[in-house]
Amino acid sequence: MRAFAGFVRKEFRHIIRDPRTLLILFGMPVIQLVLFGFAISTELRTSNLAVLDMSRDEVSGAILDRMRDSEYFNIVEDVGSEEDINAAMQAGRVKLGLIFGPGFAGRFSSGDGAALRIVTDAADPNTARLLQSYAAAIVRQFQREQLNAPETPGMRIRTALLFNPLLQSVYMFVPGLIVVVLMLVSALMTSIAITREKEMGTMEVLLVSPLRPFQIILGKVLPYLLLSCLIAALILVLSQTVFALPFNGSMLLFWVECLLFIFTSLALGIFISTVARTQQVAMMVSLAGLLMPTILLSGFIFPIENMPLPLQVIANIIPARWFLEILKGVMIKGLGIQQLWTQTAVIVFMLLLFTGLSIRKFNIRLQ
Amino acid sequence: MAENAKVITADKLTKRFGAFTAVDAISFEVGAGEIFGFLGANGAGKTTAMRMLTGLLKPTSGRAGVAGYDVFTQSENIKRRIGYMSQRFSLYEDLTVYENVRFYGAVYGLRSETLRAKIKAVLEELDLTHARNTLLAELPLGWKQRLAFSTALIHDPAIVFLDEPTGGVDPITRRQFWEMIYEQAERGTTIFVTTHYMDEAEYCDRVSIMVDGRIAALDTPRGLKQTFQAETMDDVFVRLVRGPKSSVEAGG
Repeated sequence: MRAFAGFVRKEFRHIIRDPRTLLILFGMPVIQLVLFGFAISTELRTSNLAVLDMSRDEVSGAILDRMRDSEYFNIVEDVGSEEDINAAMQAGRVKLGLIFGPGFAGRFSSGDGAALRIVTDAADPNTARLLQSYAAAIVRQFQREQLNAPETPGMRIRTALLFNPLLQSVYMFVPGLIVVVLMLVSALMTSIAITREKEMGTMEVLLVSPLRPFQIILGKVLPYLLLSCLIAALILVLSQTVFALPFNGSMLLFWVECLLFIFTSLALGIFISTVARTQQVAMMVSLAGLLMPTILLSGFIFPIENMPLPLQVIANIIPARWFLEILKGVMIKGLGIQQLWTQTAVIVFMLLLFTGLSIRKFNIRLQ
Repeated sequence: MAENAKVITADKLTKRFGAFTAVDAISFEVGAGEIFGFLGANGAGKTTAMRMLTGLLKPTSGRAGVAGYDVFTQSENIKRRIGYMSQRFSLYEDLTVYENVRFYGAVYGLRSETLRAKIKAVLEELDLTHARNTLLAELPLGWKQRLAFSTALIHDPAIVFLDEPTGGVDPITRRQFWEMIYEQAERGTTIFVTTHYMDEAEYCDRVSIMVDGRIAALDTPRGLKQTFQAETMDDVFVRLVRGPKSSVEAGG
């Protein structure tokens, strides 16, 4: 026990003696949180709009009023031809064009396909798609109100965005950031720390010492477990204080699931270190094999439903994909374990698998 | 332990990796306080043999005892009674001199009062008391080497295994290091040392030379030179290691 305590103390010293890494580990999530929360935003602020209205009747006027009232659009040009819209877009004056066909009001009320075209500047496809759907949503809502009002007075159909009514990207970003950082600290840092002992030749001396192999691994892992929890707590506190992100679920469940994911990542890190001979290899494997898929395929940035089938299959074997679902469920939707047990079971299975593999690999090496 | 007690005994000790026999039925004994040189070309099986003796590898067959314990069943007891110094000195560059010594003391389960006294003694003996809070990275190589040796001895082991302990240091530092080894042997510690420097082999009480997994020769340096009618240990080594090959060439 004394030997183990001494070992853990040494591990903490290694971490403290490397303030640069420590600064990156704590600074990176904070900076990313601030950047994504304030500066980089996937939601839209006011965009300029050009209108070509060939009807100029009460319906097209009403729709334009709606556009004007919304905080997303600003009608800056009223043009006479489609070429003018193209020109305005090319010059960068507008991002979106609305074209009302002739006789719009008549066709709108008779319901035989009133012609409204929404033109967007797809040089930036993400923005274009967003603008398009925002504009379409406004028109559709107007349409519903107009069509339903006479039949069922007093009742209006409204679309509602559940759980994230303001469509704030920080909602999406906080769980994703926690996933990435936990993966980074637990898997990457652990695999590097263990391979460093191998590379420096100190692992040999430790193995010859009375320390048991499991004590060595446990001692290596413990500081990073603590570090991971600290960083997760930091992100959580920041997201609630600075961004007022609501926390709808159970805090206990959140931490239990976090620990589960940290253990899984640590097991992955240990597994990598049994395969990698040098710190560089460990780092490359962790970055390319773990971090990149975690960022790209977990559903953090790109929705999994939109991926081609092979990538969806690959996404399923990434622990982060399941953990992200759990985090979003607990933090934003306020789900309990009843709704999340499938995802939890998948992660438990992965934890057992990687732990088993590491133990096997480690034993083979000692044979 | 009696004066001439055997602290290491190996009897037909064998290690096979699949079809490859790394160590092929080696037998030898090392007495208490002896400086035993364990020589051989790279890949001759030295490291494997040493790993079996230090409890890192389970032998395939044969028998071996270290410090009175069986390598098959009592490797945990062995680990407490031996010290080990690897060729890379195995200290932590980002820890201070004091922290390094203290860490290894703690690993070997020394209690705090004993540990404190032990650290003080080690630092005084090495004349490193003034540098106790210096990071190891800032220490010259020779100092690191001596510190590594002292930390390997911090728990007063019966035997200390030195795996090429003098790699990369200059001749003067090497000589100083061997003086430390002699002092320690005089105190009764058995020294089991591998080296590639044949002048160091001359310093050993007895030397074994491994070739292809077997012990090809085992005697005092003087005895070996007589047997092989060689001027130096260097010649003995070359003759043994190259021997089978050159005779084939001569025959063909």
